[in-house]
Amino acid sequence: MALAKRIIPCLDVDKGRVVKGVNFVGIRDAGDPVEVAKRYNEQGADEITFLDITATHEGRETTVHTVEQIAAEVFIPLTVGGGIREIKDIRTMLNAGADKVGINSAAIHRPDFVKEAADRFGSQCIVIAIDAKRVADEADGRPRWEIFTHGGRKQTGINAVEWAIKMVENGAGEVLLTSMDGDGTKAGYDLALTRAISEAVPVPVIASGGVGNLDHMVAGIKEGLADAVLAASIFHFAEYTVPEAKAYMAARGIEVRL
Amino acid sequence: MSSSSVAVVDYGMGNLHSVASALDKVGDGVKVIVTDCPDTILSADRVIFPGVGAIRDCMAELKSRGLDEVIQEVAAQKPMLGICLGMQALLENSEENGGVECLDILPGAVKFFGNDLHDSAGTRLKVPHMGWNNVAHSIEHPLWEGIANNSRFYFVHSYYVDAPDFVAGTADYGVQVHAALACENVFAVQFHPEKSGEAGLRLLRNFLNWDRPTASFFPVSD
Repeated sequence: MALAKRIIPCLDVDKGRVVKGVNFVGIRDAGDPVEVAKRYNEQGADEITFLDITATHEGRETTVHTVEQIAAEVFIPLTVGGGIREIKDIRTMLNAGADKVGINSAAIHRPDFVKEAADRFGSQCIVIAIDAKRVADEADGRPRWEIFTHGGRKQTGINAVEWAIKMVENGAGEVLLTSMDGDGTKAGYDLALTRAISEAVPVPVIASGGVGNLDHMVAGIKEGLADAVLAASIFHFAEYTVPEAKAYMAARGIEVRL
Repeated sequence: MSSSSVAVVDYGMGNLHSVASALDKVGDGVKVIVTDCPDTILSADRVIFPGVGAIRDCMAELKSRGLDEVIQEVAAQKPMLGICLGMQALLENSEENGGVECLDILPGAVKFFGNDLHDSAGTRLKVPHMGWNNVAHSIEHPLWEGIANNSRFYFVHSYYVDAPDFVAGTADYGVQVHAALACENVFAVQFHPEKSGEAGLRLLRNFLNWDRPTASFFPVSD
């Protein structure tokens, strides 16, 4: 008996619809977010992550309403990310029923934002979302990953592992780590990156980006040392259900909530 | 129960929306009032004392609204459920924020997990303790009714309760976490029932159905 490793279905939501693309392009429709969230809740998902990829103001209002609808029916933790730029955005999402918010590019523009947010709302609800890609190795041959923004198009020069450490020192209570190399490819999580960050920070790490089968989830936990594994398309398009994923992991010695 | 009311104490610390909507879900007509008004809290049939965040802010917010005394009164009078920070605030003191005196309604202390936490196999444990952990029942209690022993509940906290006198349930996370306390008409939980799926909703339903003991031997401090 111990803390269970978490399985987190992720809803990428655009204009009120769940979508899923490959490397952030080639979007496919995957349904109504409230219905999708309810389905995962019924399947025994441990948590739900909702990423708002809408860019417009009208779209944001739709998102708040959708979060309210999900929170009224789904009684497991709900993380909302995407477009969280100011303290008031966090308050809006928490009031709508989110339990945690994911902060990504706003932290890159202003690293103190995470500190202010954690001071105000507590580290337990501040998730630092990191989008990283492998770049040329360090001079000593060690692998190097950098933070990328703008859907993976813009390289920042920031070392992803150092960034994770700094953001956790600023008060982030969890790391949502997405490998931009893997995202949507179904080739598996970047295990070396996941492990490097999980070993570097004291807080839980969620592996994301690239899961294509259940062995990838097992590897994310056993080799990547992740505390939770996030997946989108393998669940959305019914390749696997959450109970199938949990049974598979349990059979390989991973503690899960059945 | 349909005519009864439950007050959710609003002192600016937390996910009241989640607690209120979970109560609406299981309440079967019970009136759910989210409020910081002392009279409203004192006239409700039952009270939920929730909370997330840091204990120093929690105590400051309670005192600035006069709710510290209200909680003391409620604890002596009617069924009360403390959740997470609302549980921790009931104890004598907490190590968080350099040491904070709490409400001293239940004996015990709140301690830091530490930065070097390991399980019995030597594996490093992350802090905060975040996720679904098993809760072992230490006693039989109306709030555990219909909930299997060792069911999982959702936790998220960096400080844990050590209050051996009134333990109702425990969780294992490097140390023994007193995950639930029960004393007369007070029940308190470290985990979040409003975020713990079916088991959590059942606990909330049990709370709304709980026939409180009439006597109280609480040492209400002044």
